[in-house]
Amino acid sequence: MKINLGLAQISPKLADVRANCELHLAFVERAAAQRIDLLVFPELSLTGYTVQDAMSEVAHRATPSDPLMSTMLEASRRLDLVVGFAEVDERSRYYTAGAYLSQGKIVHVHRKVYLPTYGLFDEGRYFDLGDSVRAFDTRFGRMAILICEDFWHASPPYLAWLDGADVLLLTSASPGRGLGMDERLDSSRFVETVNKSYAALFGSFVVHANRVGFEDGMNFWGGSTIFAPDGELVAQAPYFEEALAVAEIDLADIQRTRKRIPLLRDERPELTLRELKRIIGH
Amino acid sequence: MTHPDYSYKLNINPELARTVLKTFLRDEIRKVGIEHAVIGLSGGIDSALACYLVAQAIGAHNVYAVRLPYRTSSPDSLAHAQLVIDALGVHSETVEISEMVDPLIARTPGIDAKRQGNLMARARMMVLYDRSAQHRALVIGTSNKTELLLGYGTLFGDMASALNPLGDLYKTQVRQLSRALGVPQPIIDKPPSADLWSGQTDEGEMGLSYAEVDQLLYLLIDQRYSPDECVEAGFDRAYVDRVWRLVRTSHFKRRGPIIAKLSHRTVGIDFNYLRDWGY
Repeated sequence: MKINLGLAQISPKLADVRANCELHLAFVERAAAQRIDLLVFPELSLTGYTVQDAMSEVAHRATPSDPLMSTMLEASRRLDLVVGFAEVDERSRYYTAGAYLSQGKIVHVHRKVYLPTYGLFDEGRYFDLGDSVRAFDTRFGRMAILICEDFWHASPPYLAWLDGADVLLLTSASPGRGLGMDERLDSSRFVETVNKSYAALFGSFVVHANRVGFEDGMNFWGGSTIFAPDGELVAQAPYFEEALAVAEIDLADIQRTRKRIPLLRDERPELTLRELKRIIGH
Repeated sequence: MTHPDYSYKLNINPELARTVLKTFLRDEIRKVGIEHAVIGLSGGIDSALACYLVAQAIGAHNVYAVRLPYRTSSPDSLAHAQLVIDALGVHSETVEISEMVDPLIARTPGIDAKRQGNLMARARMMVLYDRSAQHRALVIGTSNKTELLLGYGTLFGDMASALNPLGDLYKTQVRQLSRALGVPQPIIDKPPSADLWSGQTDEGEMGLSYAEVDQLLYLLIDQRYSPDECVEAGFDRAYVDRVWRLVRTSHFKRRGPIIAKLSHRTVGIDFNYLRDWGY
């Protein structure tokens, strides 16, 4: 099956859900005109990244009756969407969440499981930890959503792969840092290297939607990518500029690659589990 | 210099730096609903570079450059600032600050050169912030990372700005970027000076060379070496101690005024929003 993938590399307005909602709908409009099947927005695309004390004003429930969610669900009748938002649950706990929406339904919500709280990051102060990594079925096959720090750790992509995800949907609001002689920032180089590696190690498509823009001097570098199951770069959005990057991908490439390099067939999760139990002392 | 040469670690890709800084200026100026910028041009390399960046970011016709000489300022400073104005085509104005500063100096017996320098820096700040209101323009800061870390600047004077494109570039990196952007050569070649009195140079006044101290600051700040590890890396103990003391004792200049906490929620302590949140 061939699908048209879109990466909505936007610059959300900090803590202004209404403005960001309109921005999402404008990108949906553009994507629909280009016959895109699945449009992926970055981490916290509906709220901006450094939400801090504005959390309670910008957070929404991940239920169809929520006004923001219902607007996004309506848009998902035109094409499948991955949107990023601050989720509040029924007991006022907050999560960095990514939702896969399709044909008016919430297919899956992923809550970020690793919250960076070091250096320039302070996510653990404001958000609660998600506690599961799950693949889910879409009309284009089985996929998983992971959010930024989730894929700086090797285990969530590995778990998603074993849970059947053939397309990893990675979203981030990645702050650019590390200026040296290279034509890329250190943070860009790191993320591109690991995403390319995941694609090759898992024989899967790895889709990364990153945001652009600034928040109080902190830049978000964009450069959203799609890597093919052989690790080759399929498409990349520009650095530092808003863009809608589009590429057609052939999901049959996954099977072709795995015939050649049967890493999934030969993977030994029971060995991993046994050794993990030994390592953590169970 | 007894330590290995770490200067290569300060090398930057100027094209990438220019892209990030131009985008920064455009984004952070326009998101608050403003189109213009105002900048004080001293004739030195920092303000020249900042002016080049902001002119490229929002267009020279949106930039107001102000020359702010004191009567003891070097004539070269005015001429060098004019080179930048002519090269970029920004709006320009010259405001003599001697008439603002001298009456206070005259009625302050015993005021030393440093205090006079601070008065001049704050007089310049007053003019720039007035022009900010006049033109609906944000004041562009020109303090580089070396100055910010060593505290070589006047609080509420040249350190005052709305946004600063140079604050994460060491002085040696400012030079690299200036060369790449085509800042006029005489400005790049001359010794850095606050130009507060005749013959003053930054390096003479601080007793430090930028080429040397930038390498040490890079290890201490960016690489998080401890002072002891810097000594192990080859830097002189007394030099490391002196620089680290300068960083610590100038920290107050890098923070806003501290507030006594009384309530549950206090500005500056646990009232947490970015500045961008307000727009």
